[in-house]
Amino acid sequence: MQVNEGFKPTIVAFCCNWCSYAGADLAGTNRLQYPADVKIIRVPCSCRVNPLFILRAFQRGADGVILCGCHPGDCHYTTGNYYARRRMTLLFSMLDYLGIERERTRVEWVSAAEGVKFAATMNDFVSTVTALGENKRLEDLRCKAN
Amino acid sequence: MQSQLIERAKALLADGTVDRVLGWKAGEFAYDMTPALFSSAQELDEGFAYDAFCGANLSKYLVKESRKGGRVLAFLKPCDTYSMNQLLKEHRILRENVYLIGVPCQGKTDVETLRALGITSITAARQEGEDLVVETLYGQRRIPLAEAMAERCKACKGKKHMIYDERIGEEGELENPDRFGQVAALEAMSSEERFAFWRGELSRCIRCNACRNVCPACTCEQCVFDNPASGVDNKAAATSFEENMFHIIRAFHVAGRCTDCGECSRVCPQRIPLHLLNRKFIKDINTFYGEYQAGEEAEGRTPLTAYTEGDVEPSVVYTKGGND
Repeated sequence: MQVNEGFKPTIVAFCCNWCSYAGADLAGTNRLQYPADVKIIRVPCSCRVNPLFILRAFQRGADGVILCGCHPGDCHYTTGNYYARRRMTLLFSMLDYLGIERERTRVEWVSAAEGVKFAATMNDFVSTVTALGENKRLEDLRCKAN
Repeated sequence: MQSQLIERAKALLADGTVDRVLGWKAGEFAYDMTPALFSSAQELDEGFAYDAFCGANLSKYLVKESRKGGRVLAFLKPCDTYSMNQLLKEHRILRENVYLIGVPCQGKTDVETLRALGITSITAARQEGEDLVVETLYGQRRIPLAEAMAERCKACKGKKHMIYDERIGEEGELENPDRFGQVAALEAMSSEERFAFWRGELSRCIRCNACRNVCPACTCEQCVFDNPASGVDNKAAATSFEENMFHIIRAFHVAGRCTDCGECSRVCPQRIPLHLLNRKFIKDINTFYGEYQAGEEAEGRTPLTAYTEGDVEPSVVYTKGGND
């Protein structure tokens, strides 16, 4: 994997309140390392994330967006993540179709007990996006200037 | 055909079955057939038209017309009946206030398609067997219908009406066209090529919102693109991001509900192939969640309001074939 020296990506992570956000907490209390480039946004459920949120994050300068939720079958609201799964599959496929690098978007299921998985996922995602470099294909130039 | 429709509409008006008739009439030119409402036999005689330019899908107009009191008669081509069913599924049309007549369609043409064939100054057009006869200021031109048809009609889903109260003409057959050839060709390109292709297309967008206004699936009373708080409201796109975003969000909002009627591409003043975005969603839904044709039935769930426990993971996007 190529390394982009000096480039620090901005990563937005949408984490569901019940599983992944608690997983991030666990990673913290266990002193597990993951890059500070990850900005976590807490959402009530992974299905709260509207495709517009993902695009908006890219517009405001994110280089990668990751959505974390409860494992399918474990949703706090029973079925939310099943709907999110279909939506994100179609959205990511569409972004890929429009020529936006598919590696910039990801969905991972992280439970409240998986602090290690959370840190590993973020480390992996940050290194993937770092290798891709700056998000140039889907951004608002006015936001980048500031 | 036209006189047959007028006679039937007059009869239904006369016996009080319907109060108004939704059909087409000629605009400024013979080729800009536009949807119109008629309320008397005289108006029908003067204005009603049905010919090869009547491409407009009338089903969306019924959302408002069915709420105005009285009963309205609407003429639907086979592909319009899919939109009609989809709107009924979403409870957007009051079924008891509409009377539907299915009308046959051999494929529609439009002025841009004819211009591309070098035909200008059109004064009239009619179908004769397998040919389209176009009258122009410079004489008559006869072209095979298959050539003169609009892009969307070349991938026609079939001549069978999905819903009607009565039908004029014979019942048609379902067809199985290759609808996804262009989508597959784009998918086979590299990521850079696709990006360049879509930049070229979407950067022509002038945000006129014609695609949204005509789309039978876009019937929200409050559209996200009209909401000033959304940050994506009605204004010219200022950056490449905004151009992309409008089309991604619009296509996403109709995903699973789009019947592939092709109205978006027909009305686009910039000739952006918008149907390729919708077809991509249809193709993905067919691949990932099983074959689904929106509008085939007036009941049941759409793919994005349903799920199964064994659905594919979003990572399928990274592992699928094709070039990067």
